[in-house]
Amino acid sequence: MAAMLQSLGVTSASVTSNKFTAFSINSLPVIRSESRTVSVAINGTRKAGKVTTKAVAAQAENPTSAASKPGHELLLFEALREGLEEEMDRDPRVCVFGEDVGHYGGSYKVTKGLADKYGDLRVLDTPIAENSFTGMAVGAAMTGLRPIVEGMNMGFLLLAFNQISDNCGMLHYTSGGQFTIPTVIRGPGGVGRQLGAEHSQRLESYFQSIPGIQMVACSTPYNAKGLMKAAIRSENPVVLFEHVLLYNLKERIPDEEYVLSLEEAEMVRPGEHVTILTYSRMRYHVMQAAKTLVNKGYDPEVIDIRSLKPFDLYTIGNSVKKTHRVLIVEECMRTGGIGASLTASINENFHDYLDAPIVCLSSQDVPTPYAGTLEEWTVVQPAQIVTAVEQLCKQ
Amino acid sequence: MAQLTHRTSSLLKPLSFATRHLSSTTPITIETSLPFTGHNIEPPSRSVETTPQELLKFFRDMALMRRMEIASDSLYKAKLIRGFCHLYDGQEAVAVGMEAAITRKDCIITAYRDHCLFLGRGGKLVEAFAELMGRKEGCSKGKGGSMHFYKKEGGFYGGHGIVGAQVPLGCGLAFAQKYSKDENVTFAMYGDGAANQGQLFEALNMAALWDLPAILVCENNHYGMGTAEWRAAKSPAYYKRGDYVPGLKVDGMDAFAVKQACKFAKEHALKNGPIILEMDTYRYHGHSMSDPGSTYRTRDEISGVRQERDPVERIRKLVLAHDLATEKELKDTEKELRKEVDDAIAKAKESPLPDPSELFTNIYVKGYGVESYGADRKELRAVLP
Repeated sequence: MAAMLQSLGVTSASVTSNKFTAFSINSLPVIRSESRTVSVAINGTRKAGKVTTKAVAAQAENPTSAASKPGHELLLFEALREGLEEEMDRDPRVCVFGEDVGHYGGSYKVTKGLADKYGDLRVLDTPIAENSFTGMAVGAAMTGLRPIVEGMNMGFLLLAFNQISDNCGMLHYTSGGQFTIPTVIRGPGGVGRQLGAEHSQRLESYFQSIPGIQMVACSTPYNAKGLMKAAIRSENPVVLFEHVLLYNLKERIPDEEYVLSLEEAEMVRPGEHVTILTYSRMRYHVMQAAKTLVNKGYDPEVIDIRSLKPFDLYTIGNSVKKTHRVLIVEECMRTGGIGASLTASINENFHDYLDAPIVCLSSQDVPTPYAGTLEEWTVVQPAQIVTAVEQLCKQ
Repeated sequence: MAQLTHRTSSLLKPLSFATRHLSSTTPITIETSLPFTGHNIEPPSRSVETTPQELLKFFRDMALMRRMEIASDSLYKAKLIRGFCHLYDGQEAVAVGMEAAITRKDCIITAYRDHCLFLGRGGKLVEAFAELMGRKEGCSKGKGGSMHFYKKEGGFYGGHGIVGAQVPLGCGLAFAQKYSKDENVTFAMYGDGAANQGQLFEALNMAALWDLPAILVCENNHYGMGTAEWRAAKSPAYYKRGDYVPGLKVDGMDAFAVKQACKFAKEHALKNGPIILEMDTYRYHGHSMSDPGSTYRTRDEISGVRQERDPVERIRKLVLAHDLATEKELKDTEKELRKEVDDAIAKAKESPLPDPSELFTNIYVKGYGVESYGADRKELRAVLP
């Protein structure tokens, strides 16, 4: 694992475009995966398939070779759909449960067209019963199916908390390893455009203590597709956090098949002065602030942590050892959020390398208001990030 | 050798030489104690076909289960079993009758009163006792406990602590069976207390919508821990609660009624989708070992049921009536089973406690190499396997 992460650290992705809504990545890391043939049993039938056990990002041997294969441009929700479709083609046990995922095509069009292609049983339109259909997904997973549960909005999955915590997370342990629960629970969360308090929730903080699940957050079409595929192939239950406002991001992604690692962080912009850790939509606020900071003479290192449980302490640690200052920018609430856990983790492990206390910028501990200006103030804005970095570097 | 084909239970004149003339596969027809009551469905007939071999097997299985539960009672009082221990004695007929009607490819999922169902699905006594005592040889490696018995090869999916949460899982199992088209069914069991959970109705709606081969079995022992059914449910007719889903009320203390109902339900579910079975049964112990079981019901009631409806006694009387064994032979069988249980307990007691490293195994599936820290950050450290 160490060797793989080393190579990831070396790869650089530079952001060049002016608008942060659409940008292109110059050098693409080529993902090479270690695969071995594994027999896949579906209730009696045996089908040998190649299973990628470790999806690794290694540096592109020839940077220009990646550029010569232009790839194709698409939006984030299309990237998710592509990943989903490829996995459904590959493995007949993959199925989707969710409200309006079938005939309607998904409320954010992630599953559009899939019901026509795979049928109503594989892309199942459920009634509005989150608790039960998440439970059904767990039951189906116990027999070997690989269901993907879509919460129309992540906030609705709070109704299924018992199923996610006890049955998804703990069944592998309490059965002594007899059952694996390879489910993927995904959905859009985060603060949108004046959606109101109950539809702007960030569940990362509620789920992070559940033992037995993995959590990842995607932020670009490239990592959305890669993480979706990795989550489906993983034998562990994975919660994939998407963001309502990022679905229309456009990016050019490679044509070849690739799977990303669920436990690795992404180096967005290497730097020297300060490490900024972020994930999901805040990545874009950070990159916007980074432009201002570069103009002011600072050199921030931006890491998209991607893996919310467990943290990729290897990449983060290497960065801390280099810059000695950490700023965490997240959309979670202040109390008990991902930033709080990350602060504790870094303090415990890398305390000696820190020149200044860790600064954590999170959303305010309030229900998200409807009014536009108030909503803007609940989340971290680029100006606040710039101020925080300046203060951090003064110490 | 006289070939006897049909004997009904009304023939009670045993001939001393007749016992040796019944081959073990000669069919016997037995009438269930009570007729079935159907909701939106024609109930099956009261006559159940069985064989002497099956009758004796029922006796043996139920006596073993009874013995195991009573032994667990003593182990709990001796503080070898800790935490929660929910005993099934009185309800054995449901477990045994259901097993007789289905195959190991069919799935059973239940709540926390799972020891006997585990045995019925092929679990070993040693595994059960070791798990109860938290030893390494337990069926869940000592990490699950009384409420988390599972047996994947036997089609037994647990073993769940949260009331009612297993029913959506059961519908998920049925969904997977429909998905793979393998002509098997799932029995999702729950109690009269869980019958008031919302997720049950959500799951039932989905099962009926998609014609899933799910059979919901309500083991109605009339008490949801300390609350009698009439104090918790406006309509204690649990078999009618499905509304558009047909239901059947079964005498759960009669193993043959259970067998007939389960067979009928399996045929129905494979063709028409879900069905609810309500098993009218009774538990002698309290809800769990921490509950004396006498504050909300009278001792007379308990002893009354034990005298009139005890499932093991019923089978004993049938065995004796059909001359399949003498009183003494049955007593010897019970002694043998008692010894079997005691041996299993002794063996389980010798089994070691799990390794400290087992704390971190099976949290994630292999291939995930992250370090984890224990409560003491400096010392207890392991790489999650």
